[in-house]
Amino acid sequence: MHPVGTVHYLALSAALLLIGTVGVLTRRNIVIILMSIELILNAVNINLIAFSHALHNINGQVFAIFVITDAVAEAAVGLGILIALFRNKETVQADEIDLLKW
Amino acid sequence: MNFLDQIWLIPLFPLAGAALMLLFGKLLDPQPPSEVAVASGVEPVVAEHGHGGGHAHAPAHPGADHGAHDAGHGHRSSPLKFLIKLIGPGMVLVSFIFSVGAVWQLSGLANRSHQVILYTWLAGMPFHMANGHLATFSADWGFLLDPLSSVMILVVTGIGFLIHVYATGYMEHDTGFYRFFGYFNLFIFFMLMLVLANNYALLFVGWEGVGLCSYLLIGFYFHKKSAGDAGKKAFIVNRVGDAGFILGMLLMLSVLGSVRFTDVNAALRSGQFPVETAGFGVLSAMSLLMFIGATGKSAQFPLYVWLPDAMEGPTPVSALIHAATMVTAGVYMVARSSALYELTPNTASVVAGIGAFTAILAATIALVQNDIKRVLAYSTVSQLGYMFLALGVGAYWVAVFHLFTHAFFKALLFLCSGSVIHAMGGEQDMRHMGALKNKIPITHWTMWVGSVAIAGIPGLAGFFSKDEILWQTYSSPKGSQLLWFIGLATAALTAFYMWRLMNMTFYGQSRVRPEVAAHVHESPAAMTVPLVILAIGSVVAGWLGTPKAWTIFGEAWRGFPNWLQPVFASAAVEAAKEGEHSASTEWILMGLSVAIAIIGISLARYLYCIKTEIPGRIQARCRPLHTVLYNKWYVDEIYDFLFVNGLGKGGGSVLGAFDRNIVDGGVNGAGWLTRASARISMWWDKWIVDGAVRFTAFFVKMLSYPVCILQTGRVQAYAFFVVVGFLAFLGYYVAR
Repeated sequence: MHPVGTVHYLALSAALLLIGTVGVLTRRNIVIILMSIELILNAVNINLIAFSHALHNINGQVFAIFVITDAVAEAAVGLGILIALFRNKETVQADEIDLLKW
Repeated sequence: MNFLDQIWLIPLFPLAGAALMLLFGKLLDPQPPSEVAVASGVEPVVAEHGHGGGHAHAPAHPGADHGAHDAGHGHRSSPLKFLIKLIGPGMVLVSFIFSVGAVWQLSGLANRSHQVILYTWLAGMPFHMANGHLATFSADWGFLLDPLSSVMILVVTGIGFLIHVYATGYMEHDTGFYRFFGYFNLFIFFMLMLVLANNYALLFVGWEGVGLCSYLLIGFYFHKKSAGDAGKKAFIVNRVGDAGFILGMLLMLSVLGSVRFTDVNAALRSGQFPVETAGFGVLSAMSLLMFIGATGKSAQFPLYVWLPDAMEGPTPVSALIHAATMVTAGVYMVARSSALYELTPNTASVVAGIGAFTAILAATIALVQNDIKRVLAYSTVSQLGYMFLALGVGAYWVAVFHLFTHAFFKALLFLCSGSVIHAMGGEQDMRHMGALKNKIPITHWTMWVGSVAIAGIPGLAGFFSKDEILWQTYSSPKGSQLLWFIGLATAALTAFYMWRLMNMTFYGQSRVRPEVAAHVHESPAAMTVPLVILAIGSVVAGWLGTPKAWTIFGEAWRGFPNWLQPVFASAAVEAAKEGEHSASTEWILMGLSVAIAIIGISLARYLYCIKTEIPGRIQARCRPLHTVLYNKWYVDEIYDFLFVNGLGKGGGSVLGAFDRNIVDGGVNGAGWLTRASARISMWWDKWIVDGAVRFTAFFVKMLSYPVCILQTGRVQAYAFFVVVGFLAFLGYYVAR
């Protein structure tokens, strides 16, 4: 068995990014889209921490903490908007919300 | 008290009086409703106006020219009305007292000239004079008291006061008592401004002001059409003259750079301008234009036509404004400009010629008029002609002297005629008078004095001044024997028509209408006392300037010329040339003029008192001449034809056509052109400008269609494009 190295983390990160991106693009439920965005953000986090560890630079971990904070705020705002949206439109399906077009 | 520095107060007293009357007078003089109704409802009586002499006479009525006051006894004079009687003449009296004080102090000054400048009225306007120099125009509220203006203010306030007193009696039963005195005081104010002004611009203010008051007072009975017309005529005819005056004044400003008398005279006497003996230079034009102004105001040919019609006003107005003071404004102005006329002998001879012509023209008309006031009106025109004759021959002091004496006896004659009219209950036609001598004795005797004075009998005022004019006309280098002869003939005519008037009015058979005869009565004291004072003045005024030939009196009795001597620099010249003619010539001429006056008086007595049938026969024999004279040489008709109908209406229709076709055409054409250009502009805007804008928008819109397709409104689609784009870039970089 190979020891777990940077490449593994990057592979995991890439997998999460891919899953998250596909989730954002394909799922219709906005809740799930938001969850997919979380996956993308966490993929980034893993990436940051992996390089932080490999390069012995604490900046990556600090940045990861910021990203987590940002993700929390984004999720809170996103869900708030989602509730307001649901009250008005009675739907959380992304493809049913298409008023912003010419 | 130093009156000299307070001369600016002199005009202010009458102004205060006028303000009181015109602003608050209505409260002081409430009219009972019945009288108002009479005044406005009934055509009042004034005999014979208009042209050709209508003979209609309505019965006397209160509210007419003087109001028959037998009928007016119902209206008691109120204490408030007494206040008007007090303020009106009182203000003029105060002015007179101030004037006397000021003149008294003036006589103590070495140069007999005092100028008070209150402040600048039209301030510093720089302009280029005709010679290219830069000058600053300014006019002051400034007052100049010198011998000439002192004579004028004494005449205006002194005689003005007497006529004011007279008017308190004469206008007693008239409506608009306060209005009358308001205008009267206002007139005195403007007249004093005219004669006290220290520059031509301020003089012109007074000049126009007296014109305004003249207009208001001629049209005092404004409900009567003839009075309104006469007022308008006076105003309009005067405007013609005023145009000349304004042009003359502007020319003066452009040539001399100032309108202040002292500056102008100093410039003209400096020798900078040569005497314009030959040709017609700029100074001649200036003096001629100013003389045109004088012909308007002082009723000289060709602008005299308004004065006889001005008799529509109440008789005190005729006496004060249209005989004694205002009409002499032109004489005053020319005398004031004597330095200018000295330099322009050509204009001076025009002045003399016009004066002589006017004198004899008006005298011939006066011969045959039947309206008592009209005779006096033409007499005034004629006497003013004498004054201009004197001015024209360079005898300025004599003109002022005649102005002075004329003010006395002509005011007297007019007031006497007013008293006669008052006695006759509004009758003005002398054919319905006669033998009034004993019925109105005071009026008769005072008028007798006035008539003797104007006829030129030695010892009375008219003799001295008129004889001096004739002598100067004869002896002056600018005069001529022809002018002298015209003057002498006019003197004969004057004596004749005045005594024709006297005989028709006071002597001979009574032709008074029976319904009038019962009411004939002497006027109240308010009217007769001024008459007596003026009669005394008509006797003594002339003794201020006895003829030079009367050596026994010496220089002491020639106070008038000596007093005026500082004003007229030409006096020295005049004295020198007088020496060329001997005293015996003067005696002969004097004898001639006296003889001719006595002949005129006797002939009038003979024709109109003793052999009263002869005038009718002469009239029948010389029918055409009489008709021409009676119709005043048809001058009014000629003016009507030439100016009123010819230029006014004919020119009006030409101007109308011009206005309709050319002016309106121009306006309409401009309008059409604007519309047409607006249409073109609109088309351009709509199709070209808007088209360009719209095309740009359309073009952009067309281009935007493919992009629009991408905008679905679905967020995931956009996310998809982002991913695709990202992958594309990624692919591009990886592949490279």
